[in-house]
Amino acid sequence: MEGQSRAGLNTVLFAGVALLYLPILVLIGYSFNASPLVNVWGGFSTAWYGKLLHNRQLLQAAWLSLEVAIAASTFALLLGTLAAVALVRFARFRGRLLLTGMVNAPLVMPEIITGITQLLLFVSMVQLIGWPHRGFTTIVLSHVTFCSAYVTVTVQSRLQAADRSLEEAAMDLGASPLRAFLEVTLPIIAPALVSSWLLCFTLSLDDLVISSFVAGPGASTLPMVIYSKVKLGVSPDINALASLIVCAVGLCVLGAGYLMVRSDRRRAAEMRLAGS
Amino acid sequence: MKSPWRPGRWLIILPPLLFLFVFFLVPFAFAFKISFAEAAPRVPPFTDVISWSADHHLQLAISLGNYKYLIADQVYGLAYLYSLRTAFFSTLICLLIGYPMAYAIARAPKSRQNLLLLVIMLPFWTSFLLRVYALEGLIRDNGFLNTVLLHLGLIHEPLRIMHTGVALYIGIVYSYLPFMVLPLFATLEKLDPILLEAASDLGSTPRRAFFDVTLPLSIPGVIAGSMLVFIPAVGEFVIPSLLGGPNNLMIGRVLWDEFFGNHDWPVASAVAIAFLLLLAAPIAIYQYYNVRQLEA
Repeated sequence: MEGQSRAGLNTVLFAGVALLYLPILVLIGYSFNASPLVNVWGGFSTAWYGKLLHNRQLLQAAWLSLEVAIAASTFALLLGTLAAVALVRFARFRGRLLLTGMVNAPLVMPEIITGITQLLLFVSMVQLIGWPHRGFTTIVLSHVTFCSAYVTVTVQSRLQAADRSLEEAAMDLGASPLRAFLEVTLPIIAPALVSSWLLCFTLSLDDLVISSFVAGPGASTLPMVIYSKVKLGVSPDINALASLIVCAVGLCVLGAGYLMVRSDRRRAAEMRLAGS
Repeated sequence: MKSPWRPGRWLIILPPLLFLFVFFLVPFAFAFKISFAEAAPRVPPFTDVISWSADHHLQLAISLGNYKYLIADQVYGLAYLYSLRTAFFSTLICLLIGYPMAYAIARAPKSRQNLLLLVIMLPFWTSFLLRVYALEGLIRDNGFLNTVLLHLGLIHEPLRIMHTGVALYIGIVYSYLPFMVLPLFATLEKLDPILLEAASDLGSTPRRAFFDVTLPLSIPGVIAGSMLVFIPAVGEFVIPSLLGGPNNLMIGRVLWDEFFGNHDWPVASAVAIAFLLLLAAPIAIYQYYNVRQLEA
């Protein structure tokens, strides 16, 4: 009975994982198809990858998306970490409930609502104070908003797990609270910071809906260009681009995951040594 | 205990509090205001709700027309209902697939858990838009699935999945499954195995132990996962737009068309506000369980 149910569970797990990966594998397969027709296999070719390099519109959009993603993830890391420290370290302060709500709501808020309301904010702000004009700035501001929520949630759980007594020991030995935090706690939460920055980076790079609302007529991010192309039908060069992005992101995530697991192991080993 | 951080703490609290207040909360106030405006051919394309008259009196020009229009035109009500129904059944399917997956990971040896979680999370990190697009390559009339099935002789004409409700369900389940698995795993992992041993010592079968012990204790995870799938799925735009057909009008798509197609910002604001009111209850439930779980 026990063995049977375990086999059943593992089958579901395997099937679920296969469901998650099959479309991506098929897509990568298509990207090497020499024929522009999707249902005909015209032999192996890397021509579509070469074509990408000559598509100015795509390259421009990719560059804008990269700039936005770097700026947004960096600001979001800063704001999100501050919010996490506030929520974990300060048990009571005025506005705590408000901050908790504002940190968690963006995670589930449908993007289309966030997008439209933020656009209305930016337009109204321009009327009132003449800033910010739609484009790079507004895209970054709106990405920081939803990204910082992810940072806070990730860092928050890591901070909660961090042993507070280490920091207290540092302060007993004469370190200022800021120094104790920077030298003791920061290294402990560093893997969470790295992985949240990467998560923000990919989320920002990927965002279509919110960017479409706040970007204004002048600016197009990569997902906006991809969406308008995909809307017209399947195109082989998008297959190539998609495969590149998926593989690059996959490698980054695997790398980050490896770093996190390794640093966890090392820390656990150090703790064991310290304890013995 | 007196916190040693006291003097500097507002330096830590205020930046995120102010930023999120201005860029997340205040926008809803503006959307609320503009939902009472009327569309006008100017920049920005709506009338002023609040203005100063020539003799410095505050003037309010509130129009309820947009909300009346939402009620009068059936499209909106039907799209809301259709979105709720689609999101509900997608959530249910995610739960039915995700629960055994999370359970299998929680029962797996500790050394393998991290790897399995990474495998589940990896698709979440890769582009949502591109994954939906990849799915299209799989289920199109001349896509991978049909090609394989035709080749094997299992079907004689291609299955029509694209541009139907089925495509919507496949798309939502495929995209949101990781959101269901992770919170479920988090609660199942915390479950003390001693409880199950105790149940078995007291003569309960594994099946009974599951329904009497494991399932009730995992309810917070079930609710968190369901809300993480349900709420964004109700407002989903990319999936109905790329995989759905003209009959699969979900509210996210209606809102998008109102905005980019008809350029009617006030009506779009009214749709967004009504939509938000509809989601207030599930979001509140999510917040409640989330806060409780974080502080447990």
